[in-house]
Formats: sequence, structure tokens, C-alpha cells
Amino acid sequence: MTTVLLVAERDEQGEISQTTLQAVAAANGLTEAQVTIAFAGEAPSSAGSLAAEKVVTLSAIDASDSGIYEQATADVAAFAASMNPDVVMFNKSDFGSIVSARLAFRTDSALAADCIGISNADGAVSVTRPVYGGSALAEFEIRSTPAIVTLRAGAYEPSTETGSPSVEAADSTESVEQRAQVTDTVAEARDGVRLEDANFVVSGGRGLGGPEAFHVLTDLASVLGGAVGASRAACDAGWIDHSHQVGLTGKSVSPDVYIAVGISGASQHMAGCSSSRAIVAINKDSTSNIFKEARFGVVGDWEKILPSFIATVRELKA
Amino acid sequence: MVLAKQVPDPETPPSQFKIDESSNSVITPNGVPPVVNGFDLNAVEAALLLKDSDADVEITVLSVGSDFVMDAMKKPLAMGADRLVLVADELLDKLDSSATVKLLAAAIQKDGPFDLILGGRQASDWDQAHVTLGLSEVLGLPLVSLVKKLEINGDSVSLQRLIPDGYQAITAPIPAVLTVTNELGEPRYPNLRGIMQASRKKPEIFSLDDLGLSPEDLTPKLELKKLYVPESNKQVELIEGEDEADSGKKLALRLREEKLI
Repeated sequence: MTTVLLVAERDEQGEISQTTLQAVAAANGLTEAQVTIAFAGEAPSSAGSLAAEKVVTLSAIDASDSGIYEQATADVAAFAASMNPDVVMFNKSDFGSIVSARLAFRTDSALAADCIGISNADGAVSVTRPVYGGSALAEFEIRSTPAIVTLRAGAYEPSTETGSPSVEAADSTESVEQRAQVTDTVAEARDGVRLEDANFVVSGGRGLGGPEAFHVLTDLASVLGGAVGASRAACDAGWIDHSHQVGLTGKSVSPDVYIAVGISGASQHMAGCSSSRAIVAINKDSTSNIFKEARFGVVGDWEKILPSFIATVRELKA
Repeated sequence: MVLAKQVPDPETPPSQFKIDESSNSVITPNGVPPVVNGFDLNAVEAALLLKDSDADVEITVLSVGSDFVMDAMKKPLAMGADRLVLVADELLDKLDSSATVKLLAAAIQKDGPFDLILGGRQASDWDQAHVTLGLSEVLGLPLVSLVKKLEINGDSVSLQRLIPDGYQAITAPIPAVLTVTNELGEPRYPNLRGIMQASRKKPEIFSLDDLGLSPEDLTPKLELKKLYVPESNKQVELIEGEDEADSGKKLALRLREEKLI
């Protein structure tokens, strides 16, 4: 038997996040898995049919703990200590990255971040994770218990299995002193869909030749209901704000379709978009690395290709 | 105290990126020297901004590893950092993050008092982003990640922490551990005077013995079984029309056929 504690997250609507459902699939994929799913605060009603033995609710994370996660770390650590699981699984989100690392070092446990695969055999847990900006994959065997892992978004298909777990509240934990204090949260304006949430991302790179081209990409993104991304080269050139940057030094996206226009596909860029369902490349250089990563491609001049592409998409959507 | 790591140059073209599968390590391509992890230079820049506004700031850059290339490691000194402390030992070739944190914690405690520990948001080689976070736990200090702006106010530090839609304003007591994000701003280029000064500075070097640690203390919790370049199983389907405009149209129709749009 392999006991798994999965620390769940909810989306903006309060429902179980897609990435948590992916983690549920990963956890249930382990041999003889017995899965406990923990929610910070109340569990959504749909948690009662998750494929798990047990759903527990930990004390709520309020705004003062958000981003600092002192209380969240203490709550997860206390519950993990009472359960003593073989694996503690998180998503590689802001919350998951920080709480997993703090938990691992607080309890002197092994930690593997941003995994794209997890398996177990003969009592040992193994993980696969991309390294060197996605240029290589590394397989590790984890040599201590618990194995603390974070999963990359999109690495697994969301679980569609159902179960009838017991749902209970964990013993309440002591409230910890917040040493760092959040004094304010400031929203900065953004247009349209959030890059990380978009089902369609249209990204441009050095091959666009200048900032004006991003108007065409913005047009395509709005037809698709998606967001505009960019390579580091395009951002560094000042053609578009760095908040649009996709890649190792920017945002990680996993849309259904990632359309890369004039992007060569350097590994540091691919690190931010390789978990997209389908990559579509438009580039005039047929030897570009992007064509090795893409599912569909057109070799040619984007200025001639995009107008008819956008027009056809518009007709199809109408 | 700024944490810095020597890494293979992440701008190495994919065609030159090779792995020796017998030793599970990256072969450094000829003519592409290692560099200081780019995100760590953001942390150096953060420290330099503090120093710009207060001459009483002393910046120590700390690294752990083997086979240090001084031209690379002295870059933070050339940018304006005051000291370079290296935990250098040939045994420190393949460290996991738990061993790295132990070494850094021991070196920090030996080196003396500090007010802030700054690290980059992640490393461009193993990309774990754990070390700075872990250090806050081991040293028992408050942690704030993804800092894009900082200002010291007496015995506390005012921070802006990056969140997807903006930032959180956070106040943390000193000493504290911070990770710095690249939104803080481009690291400055070393000027000639900085480069000259850096060339005269010698790193202070700690060995494992100096830190009272033995190789057994550094046993990895993760064992690397295999490191490899993934075979691309993706076969690109090139869409070709009569001309480029026709290709654009056919691409849209093909994506619809696959129910992608």
C-alpha cells in the first residue's frame, strides 16, 4: 500500500482546480494507492465524489497568509505528521511550490519539484522532471519517506474517476505568528484573458520584426478568446511588456493551442509552453527548433499567412 | 548575503546541448563557459539597489560547488558586490537541494551576522527553486518569495511580492530570506572600474572541514538514475497551400478538423 496525501487547490470559482484533478489522476496511478485529499478551508461539494479514500479540510487560508503561507505550512505539516504518508503531492503553483519546499525542509524530507511523471515499485517512489530548461529529463529515485513532490500542470489528464470518500475536518492546529505581514494587495490592470488561464495563446518572437506585429497577434487572440504571449527576445527588444513573456524566465502556460509566430523555439522558451496540448508554428525558417516541438506548422512569411488564417478562424467561429 | 550558483550557459543552442549518459552529467560544450545563474544576478542587482541608496550596505556573494570558473563567479563582484565566499570542495560535485541548503546554512552561520539573504527565483539548470526557500526553514527566518521591489526601513524591510495580477505589499522583520524575481529589473553591466576591482579581489574559500561537515552529512535524498535528452516523438505536420495565404486558410481548417478551435 502507498499512502498519498494530496494537497488540493481550488480555482477562482471555488471549484476543484483542473491541476488538482490532474494530481488526483497521478496519485491514483500509483500502485496500491490510498489517497487522502486535503483542502485548505471548506471542501467544494464536488469533493465528495473524488476518487479518494478520504477528504479532509484544514483550517482556512485567509488573505493575510496568502503568499506567505506560514499558517498553511503549519496546517499541512501537522496533518502530514498525523497521517505519516508515503507521498505528499502538490501542484507546482505558487501555493504548492512554497508550502512543499517549506514542509520538506521543516521535516528534513526529500523534495522533487515540477515533476511530469511519478511511479512506484518495490516501495520506492521515482519521479521524472525536466531539467536544463527542458533540454533534458532526469529520473530520480526518492530515498526517504515521505517523498514530497510538486506536479507540473498538464503532465496528467484530469481524473474523471469517481469515488465516495469520507469527508471530515482535520484536528484544528494552533495559529502561528505571521512574521512577514501582507499589508496590501495591489491589482495592476490587464487586458482580456489571463495568460496562464487562456485556452489559446498567440505568441510572437524576434521573427515578427517589430512591435506593430503584435496588433495582428492581439487581433487573432481576441478572435480565439485567448491571450497574447511573447518570447524573451521580443520582450527584451521592448516590443511588448515583459508580463507577456512565456518561458523559463516568464510565465508557464498550458493552453489547448499555442500558436508560435516567428519564434525559433529556444529551450528556455519551450520550458514555458511545452505542456500545451498542441503547438502550432509559423516561421519562415524551416530548420527552426520550433518545428521539432510543434504538431502543426506552416513555413513561410507570417505577414502573408496570418490574415487568411485569422479570416478563416473568424468564419469558423461565426 | 546573496546566493549565487554557477550553471551551464542556458543560451547554449539546443544542438550543442549534450549529455554523457554514462556519468549522467552535462558535457560542457567547447567555448561556452559556465555563467552565474541569471536569476541570481537579479538578486545581486537587488542588493546593489539597496547599496545605491545606503552606502553602509555590504554585499557578500555566497556559492557552493566544485570546478568554479573564477571569470564567471567574479561577475557579481564586477557589478559591485563587496565579497565572494565559496564553499568549494571536489566532493561537492553532485549535490541535491537538501545538501546544498545544509552547506549554505553552515557557511552563513560561520561567516557572521547578516540582515538579508537574497536568492534568485530559480536556477536555470536543475530548476528546483528550493534552496532559498529551504534555507529560510533551516535558519528559522521569515521568507518572502518573488520580490520585485524592496526597501529597508530600520529593522524591517518593505517588499512588493509579484502575484499574477499585480503585487502584494509585505513588511518583513530583519533578518529575513527573500527570493528576487526578474521583474525587479535587468542586472547592471559591470563597468571597467568594477572589473578591475573584481580582478584584484580574492574569494574566501571554505572547505567541508571548515564547516564541520562530512560527506555523510550530504547524502542525497534523491538519487539521479538517468539523465537524458528526450526523443522528440512529435512529428510536425506541415501545412502547405498553393501560396502562403492559402496555407493560412488550410491551417485554420485543419485545426478545426482536429477540434482544436
